[in-house]
Amino acid sequence: MTDTLTKLTAKDFTSNQEPKWCAGCGDHAVLQQLKSAMADLALKTEEVVVVSGIGCSSRLPYYVATYGIHGIHGRALPVASGLKAARPELSVWVATGDGDALSIGGNHYIHTIRRNPDLNVLLLNNEIYGLTKGQYSPTSKIGQRTVTSPNGVVDYPMNTVALTLGAGGTFVARVMDRDGKFMREIFKRAAEHRGTSLVEIYQNCPIFNDGAFTAFTDRERKADTTIYLEHGKPLIFGKESDKGIKLDGFTPVVVDLNDPKVSRDDLWIHDENDFIKANMLSRFFDDPDAEGDYLPRPFGIFYAEDRFTYEDALTAQVEKAQEDGEGTLESLLTGKSTWTIK
Amino acid sequence: MTDITTTNKGVNVTPKTSVTVLFAGDSGDGMQLTGTQFANTVAVYGSDLNTFPNFPSEIRAPAGTISGVSGFQMQFGSQSVYTPGAKFDVLIAMNAAALKANLNKLHHGGIIIADTDGFDDKNLRLSGYGEGNNPLEDGTVADYTVFSVPVVSLTRKALADTGLSVKNIDRCKNMFILGILYWLYSLPIDTTIKTLQTKFKNKADIAAANIKAVTAGYNFGDETDMFAQFGRFSVAPAGKQPGTYRRVTGNEAAAIGLAAASKKAGLKLFLGSYPITPATEILQTLANLKQWGVKTFQAEDEIAGVLSSIGASYGGALAATSTSGPGLALKSEALGLAVIMEIPLVVVNVQRGGPSTGLPTKPEQSDLFISMYGRHGEAPMPIISAHSPVDCFYAAYEAAKLSVEHMTPVICLTDGYLAFSSEPMLIPSPAELSEIKPVFAKPRAADDEPYLPYKRNNMGVRDWAVPGTKGLEHRIGGLEKANETGNVSHDPANHALMTKLRAEKVEKIADCIPLQTLDNGAEKGDLLVLGWGSTYGAIKIAVDRAIKAGHSVSHAHVRYLNPFPKNLGTMLGNYKKVLIPENNCGQLLMMIRDRFLIEPVAFNKVEGLPFNEMEIEAKITDIVKEL
Repeated sequence: MTDTLTKLTAKDFTSNQEPKWCAGCGDHAVLQQLKSAMADLALKTEEVVVVSGIGCSSRLPYYVATYGIHGIHGRALPVASGLKAARPELSVWVATGDGDALSIGGNHYIHTIRRNPDLNVLLLNNEIYGLTKGQYSPTSKIGQRTVTSPNGVVDYPMNTVALTLGAGGTFVARVMDRDGKFMREIFKRAAEHRGTSLVEIYQNCPIFNDGAFTAFTDRERKADTTIYLEHGKPLIFGKESDKGIKLDGFTPVVVDLNDPKVSRDDLWIHDENDFIKANMLSRFFDDPDAEGDYLPRPFGIFYAEDRFTYEDALTAQVEKAQEDGEGTLESLLTGKSTWTIK
Repeated sequence: MTDITTTNKGVNVTPKTSVTVLFAGDSGDGMQLTGTQFANTVAVYGSDLNTFPNFPSEIRAPAGTISGVSGFQMQFGSQSVYTPGAKFDVLIAMNAAALKANLNKLHHGGIIIADTDGFDDKNLRLSGYGEGNNPLEDGTVADYTVFSVPVVSLTRKALADTGLSVKNIDRCKNMFILGILYWLYSLPIDTTIKTLQTKFKNKADIAAANIKAVTAGYNFGDETDMFAQFGRFSVAPAGKQPGTYRRVTGNEAAAIGLAAASKKAGLKLFLGSYPITPATEILQTLANLKQWGVKTFQAEDEIAGVLSSIGASYGGALAATSTSGPGLALKSEALGLAVIMEIPLVVVNVQRGGPSTGLPTKPEQSDLFISMYGRHGEAPMPIISAHSPVDCFYAAYEAAKLSVEHMTPVICLTDGYLAFSSEPMLIPSPAELSEIKPVFAKPRAADDEPYLPYKRNNMGVRDWAVPGTKGLEHRIGGLEKANETGNVSHDPANHALMTKLRAEKVEKIADCIPLQTLDNGAEKGDLLVLGWGSTYGAIKIAVDRAIKAGHSVSHAHVRYLNPFPKNLGTMLGNYKKVLIPENNCGQLLMMIRDRFLIEPVAFNKVEGLPFNEMEIEAKITDIVKEL
């Protein structure tokens, strides 16, 4: 067989288990794009492991025809980190949610991000607890009424992208479940990045939090509420692509490109490798439904940095220690200091 | 070996079969180092020995105070030594606080070697004796043999021409006192000289000063009338089994045991762990074994420690995690995951006094229940326990073997007493270690039957299917799985079946472990003393003495706590009474009572201290009197 014949398709990454997500759930789209991305990346099913925690999105490994671990709540990242440290050559993906990664697994999240093992983390954020039927999550909006917040949420919501950058993330991106093709391309970039890649996916829960992201998906409004980041391109948005963002000192401001006094040359040029600007972009976090002006919500790759991965550094230390050959069982048992009794 | 133990003065030398020494001083006085030097010397000389450090849990407790006292206890002898000793024959007191903290454990008539420079007004005040109340002079130590030696002054005098600063000279005072002890016990100083030359390879002046100090101390013994009149002692070599030895603590031994198991099994060792007293040295030791392919992962917490190991195990590594009680509690949920995933995992739990933070530096045997029952759901795990520092090697090794060959997480129980104690280990040859045979599922072609991750062999054990292997792609996790296919299943009958299969798999291990043997005594009799773990030494000595006193007493020490050896019940039935001494409130006792429906006699000690042989001997005597 030749390589062209063995090249796998999305179907080859489909397991024999029927997805048990609700009809209309954004998870279906994520699964489909993930399988397509894996096929595009020419991965082999036996070299991929998908690890998850607990929650609706954490069922994902069952539906991918690779190796997979459905672990315990909040703990997908340490499982994946240990696996990657032991087997650096595997392609390890993590499916997690806002509750799984940011609430019960918050500690693992920040420490995995700073260690930077080469994992591809898909964080499906639906701003609600779905599997336990509709309690608020760490990303739920202030005032949101849920079964555990009948009078409205009073917990200030977590900003995933800002947290990840703060924890030392080396690849930070955001997509929406509705943007199928765009999502797939970002997944591929995430896979190609060596280090922990975080892709936050705004994912609609049609049962417990329907419309959480309508402000960004509504056909009429999305051009004004969202901005798509492209490396080396100016920050431009709006239905007619006639709005831009420039820095006024340290303050980002929206400018009207129809205004003759505004020059395109003054616009903010997106640079994926600019950590300071990535942090500013992460703070474009206004709620378009709230009163007053708002900055558009960015999607795409906020930040990408080449940094050593945990497993590479660890492996290098092991190799250095073995410069003069790997230790034998005999030398292990003997140790450094011995005496003999005759 | 240079023999400088001969003296021309014709000093009387008294032979001894065993001696217990405590080196006590400020935590900055280098007592651990001094004790270690002495231990290495007697080991090389051929004595058997057992050491135990006793240091404050504070890193830098106030100097001169009782809480700042650091001790290094050791017993050495011409016969087998099983414990660091219950009471001391010799107490080295570098200051007043060291004397005050330890005098109650010195044998009546025992020897005190006191550094009188550590008994000045300031030290007397800080120690709590009070200024002007010098215990060396006011009758406090009248019942003991006291050698008052101004160690600091003598060291300064001996090293005056070295050109070193006073601070550096004072650091050599422990070597001076070590020299005195070598003289007193007719031991050579050359082992220490060699060590100092290696240790201070790049600081020749420091090495020379320390060597000078230890020699000066030795000569002081030789030349001073107070010692000469008293005489010297000698402890003959123990006639230990010929071979090459190394000295190991329980934690070192456990770490090496895991690494040895990985080598023997042809696997890479992965340790995911989080620092916790008294288990930390396992992580530290393994972090230094990269040359043997060991990978250590210092996780962000105990939970991540065990879960990273579960990930590594899924990936085909020999995975382990090391911890102590509070950490074991945190790992509980993850252990359930390892049970249902049916993958190998070794948990080395170094027990300490609990609950909660409890007594972090003190030993206890109170984690047997959490090991046995401390998981939600029906989640049985094999448990194996170590009974001596050296046995930590074999227990960890065997835990790894059982884990890999039976595809199950295994708990290996040691405790803080074993973890910090050291003794000589006869180095085994690689061939002497039992084989460890992991069974990996083989690659499959597209037209083969589908792979069944939960298909079992006749021992109820599934194969290890490692990512990267073609045709074995499978998804497993915490949800109940259908028999054989491993697909998610909520079927009631299937859950009952899988619960049963998981339990049977662990029970069947009883077919693979040795039968329970007697350590000492007759196969039938009045009393069986049944122990487990670190009580071994104290029970061993106590039962030996009871037998010599004519009592019908036997000793069995349970290594396999789950499953029990198949003959254990029968053995228990051969005695009128069973006594179970434990450093807990009766955990093994309840398991034995529950399983075999007998009523053993409890003997419990939860003082953060190990049993001593006198306590157990007295208890045995009480019981046999009534029979």
